[in-house]
Amino acid sequence: MADPVFRIGCGAGFGGDRLDAAVPVVDALAEAGGPACLMFETLAERTLALAQLERAAGRIGYDAHLEGRLSPVLKRCLDHRIAIVGNFGAADPEGAAEAIADLAKRLGCRAPKIAIVGGDDLLSGSNDADLAALLATGVPAGERVISANAYLGAREIAAALTGGADVVVTGRVADPALAVGPIVAHLGWDFDDCDLIAAATMAGHLLECGAQVTGGYFCDPGFKDVDGLEAIGFPICEVSADGSLVVTKPRSSGGCVSERTVKEQLLYEIHDPAAYLTPDVVLDLTAVEVREIGRDRVRVSGAGGKPRPETLKATVCYEGGFVGEGEISYAGPNALARARAAMETVKRRVDKDLKFRADLIGSTSLFADDSGLLLSARELPESRDVRLRIAVAAKDRRAVEAAIYEVGALYTCGPAGGGGVRTSVRSRVSTGSVLVPRASVTPSYRFHGDA
Amino acid sequence: MDTVSASTRSVALHELAHGRAGDKGDRLNVAVIAYRPEFYPLLVSAVTVERVRDLFAERRPGEIARYELPRLGALNFVIDGVLDGGVNASLNLDGHGKSLSFRLLEMEIAVDEETIAKIGYLREENQ
Repeated sequence: MADPVFRIGCGAGFGGDRLDAAVPVVDALAEAGGPACLMFETLAERTLALAQLERAAGRIGYDAHLEGRLSPVLKRCLDHRIAIVGNFGAADPEGAAEAIADLAKRLGCRAPKIAIVGGDDLLSGSNDADLAALLATGVPAGERVISANAYLGAREIAAALTGGADVVVTGRVADPALAVGPIVAHLGWDFDDCDLIAAATMAGHLLECGAQVTGGYFCDPGFKDVDGLEAIGFPICEVSADGSLVVTKPRSSGGCVSERTVKEQLLYEIHDPAAYLTPDVVLDLTAVEVREIGRDRVRVSGAGGKPRPETLKATVCYEGGFVGEGEISYAGPNALARARAAMETVKRRVDKDLKFRADLIGSTSLFADDSGLLLSARELPESRDVRLRIAVAAKDRRAVEAAIYEVGALYTCGPAGGGGVRTSVRSRVSTGSVLVPRASVTPSYRFHGDA
Repeated sequence: MDTVSASTRSVALHELAHGRAGDKGDRLNVAVIAYRPEFYPLLVSAVTVERVRDLFAERRPGEIARYELPRLGALNFVIDGVLDGGVNASLNLDGHGKSLSFRLLEMEIAVDEETIAKIGYLREENQ
């Protein structure tokens, strides 16, 4: 009898995620033996623009950690027919496919059938003047667009998998689509069945941030204790033909799956819970039920769906000038007063036209606002170990460097006992968001090696 | 002595609920989830849009929406314009605003003795 459950595991929840995360997930999927897929989400909002710049500079335009992520699991996935779907193609899905084919050869695997999903890149090969004008509304006047990518849905991923792909490489797709594609392809669901697509989207939403649903970004000692964060198990979702889901993780891994972890991730980055917009469906979470049915096993049901929106979201990236940071520390008696004196000293020395922010780390930093209202409005918590942080931003790199140079000069010109100066200046990519009509976007897929 | 104030105390929301922050552009969402189903009505009555606006006053919030999710025992706050332009524009060390769930969980909530006892039980359960 065929296994009625389709399992989808997550091997990465963002571009900086652990490189060994997928190994226990693939072990668990292989051990379970039924049909399964492994997804990787490695693209943040501005990652694509950074990748585009890397590619333009002649360096790697796909996920720089692609090989590190896939090396430990590629052979086992191919041997067990566990399809791999990832947005690790970034700005160069073709290059990523080439790298995977090459890696498979070096690892002595059978040659994988690799599909490439394209059409998200709205700048390449398009001479649609209306589209160009629309994208320009996403950046301030006079700025040059570095990248513009639409968030694609899951249809091309599903079609590629139905066509026999072992690996599907994408650029920008909506994160949940990395799960929706495989689920729909395997269970044979209809993209017009809104409630089922909603269930698949909810699965993708729960999986897309990796360990965030298995006890990561969750632990609060004494309140929400989590063991084994150093070996946290990445999530696996079991999807049944009726659309019900069970979230779990590999046995003997760290972390936990509980009603609490699932509820937190369910609402992560959600605005109106009755209308979470994705390219494949409008997801309604208001009737969702979350129930623990066993150790590290949580059933999630009740997702509702409405037809997909008529527009696709696109992220537009442009050069955002330069950001500089400088830090210096003060400790012991009167540390806060000395750090404040240092802050005032730098503030008086730097160009008033620069965007400027100061933090008194150890007393007041993360909760404060850029305009400095919180820092000046209330009595600051005392601390005997304060690190002054200055941050400045401007279009002109030299202006930023000159301001940050002032932090180092505090060694001799500033208050007593200042130590541990660190400074950095880096370029920055800014982003804007535009809604694009579906007619302006042409998603497609093809197999690597085909003409 | 006033009998009402004798039987009520103030605790941080952190004792009653857990939370998670997420960002999209300059918009922050914070989910506030009751540790126990019995705490949910208290969250609904005490954790109001006005109080959230006060907590984030320095950031001059725009629109704040509160969504009630009784089946999850959760409230979802969507707060516009409090991330200094968002992660690609802000100079905050935490440009995403990931730490801001704990800003909301600092809110002081008036509770009765019965609730205090349940919080104590919750603590033991977690140990």
